[in-house]
Amino acid sequence: MLALQSIDFSIAPKEFAAILGPSGCGKSTLLNMVAGFDAPTHGRVLAGGVAVTGPDPRRAVVFQEAALFPWYTVLDNTTFGPKTCGVPAATYLPRVAAVLEQVGLTGFERHYPAELSGGMKQRVAIARVLVMEPEMLLMDEPFGSLDAQTRSVMQELLLSVWERSQQTVLFITHDVEEALLLADSVSVMTARPGRIKKRLTVELPRPRSLDVTMSPVFNELKREVLALIRDESLRVAREG
Amino acid sequence: MRRLPWFLLPPLILLGVWDLTVRWQWVAPGIIPAPAQVAESWYWWIFGAPTRSLSPYSGTWTANVLYSARRVLQGFGLAAVLGIPLGILIGWNRLVARVVDPSIQLLRPVPITAWLPFSIAVFGIYDASALFLIGLGAFYPIVVNTTHGVRDTHLLLLRAARMLGAQRLTILVKVVFPSALPAIFTGLRLGIGVAWTAVIVAEMIAVKSGLGYVLWDAYYVGRMDICVATMFSVGLLGFVSDRLIVLASRVALRWRTLEAHA
Repeated sequence: MLALQSIDFSIAPKEFAAILGPSGCGKSTLLNMVAGFDAPTHGRVLAGGVAVTGPDPRRAVVFQEAALFPWYTVLDNTTFGPKTCGVPAATYLPRVAAVLEQVGLTGFERHYPAELSGGMKQRVAIARVLVMEPEMLLMDEPFGSLDAQTRSVMQELLLSVWERSQQTVLFITHDVEEALLLADSVSVMTARPGRIKKRLTVELPRPRSLDVTMSPVFNELKREVLALIRDESLRVAREG
Repeated sequence: MRRLPWFLLPPLILLGVWDLTVRWQWVAPGIIPAPAQVAESWYWWIFGAPTRSLSPYSGTWTANVLYSARRVLQGFGLAAVLGIPLGILIGWNRLVARVVDPSIQLLRPVPITAWLPFSIAVFGIYDASALFLIGLGAFYPIVVNTTHGVRDTHLLLLRAARMLGAQRLTILVKVVFPSALPAIFTGLRLGIGVAWTAVIVAEMIAVKSGLGYVLWDAYYVGRMDICVATMFSVGLLGFVSDRLIVLASRVALRWRTLEAHA
């Protein structure tokens, strides 16, 4: 089956780019190709001008499920990356402590994932990629399985983390408000085969907080995105 | 009510039925020994009887238990040492799986009892024969469960490890092995059960010591009380060794039994 077609998409360094699309539009496939888990049948994926041939710690991924190693404590999950990449403990331990502090997990270092709530697990998942100091952060609906309240807490957390580190982010979501709240640009995808229908720039001042969702600019953008999505759903319904 | 040891009810009923069967002679007398008689014989078998020092069984229980336990431990250990790495290889490498797995699946249905003549012919009436049978019997559940455990490793965890920079060996040691560990323990539990079955079979025929040998010998000389005491002994030892593995798995798999309190 054709998942994606003629995707021509690029992200500027330090850009927070969101991809918005209905489920099954192939947005996860796109992320998996950027991550190096899947290879495109046609075309190529470049990261920093170099062709992507496989996963690389410079392009770290946060999945929808936390995907933590259940047999490791929070600390061991967070040090897995630096240890594996041969970073000396003296270098990564202070970094790990700082990142855990940033995501509010100080004091939980010895806990196992089974002892944590969904939101806390996802914080560990974010922490373990942040300590890698990746050039690019790939996030595949990272808050999609959390309840509404935890989700907004996590969105604010991500905002504060990102506004400090300013990494390039590719963020996949089907939540319009989430995309507009977090990103510099929102690309709306069409249903299968997935294409990028339109890319909007989110001109909202930073640092942002949840209050931004009340502003007129935000709501104007939201209307525009929702109209795009409705057009698309109607087209699919007509052709379906 | 809930705290009472209800699990004792079925054995007590069984014991009662057994006692009445003998007492009221529901079967011809002399075939089944009474529970009390089994208990007494078992006691003398363990601790020795000064007045019955002529009995060939008096005080020999411990020695025979040690014979059997050592064979089980050695055979089972051999099966684990070979079965776990091989299971990991089969589960991890498609080429190994294609070459080795069909042979294992073809040999697996051959019961260990069917291997007895072969084993005696090749290894003689020695320990090696018993170890071969025990090891072979325990090997299958260990290798099969390990393979399944390795194959069941969650794709997302493999991807997570890869994007964190892990190469194949690191993934195998730090992700696939711990992920397969619960299945490996299941294999070990099944394996130890088979090992106790195999040791009795082997000792009945292929060697001249141990509980299996006593069982068959006692049957030949009409000592059903010793036979039944042997059955209880084997059951008890099997139970204890299974509990030990469960205990080890609880320690090794502590991360699974924890509960969220956040």
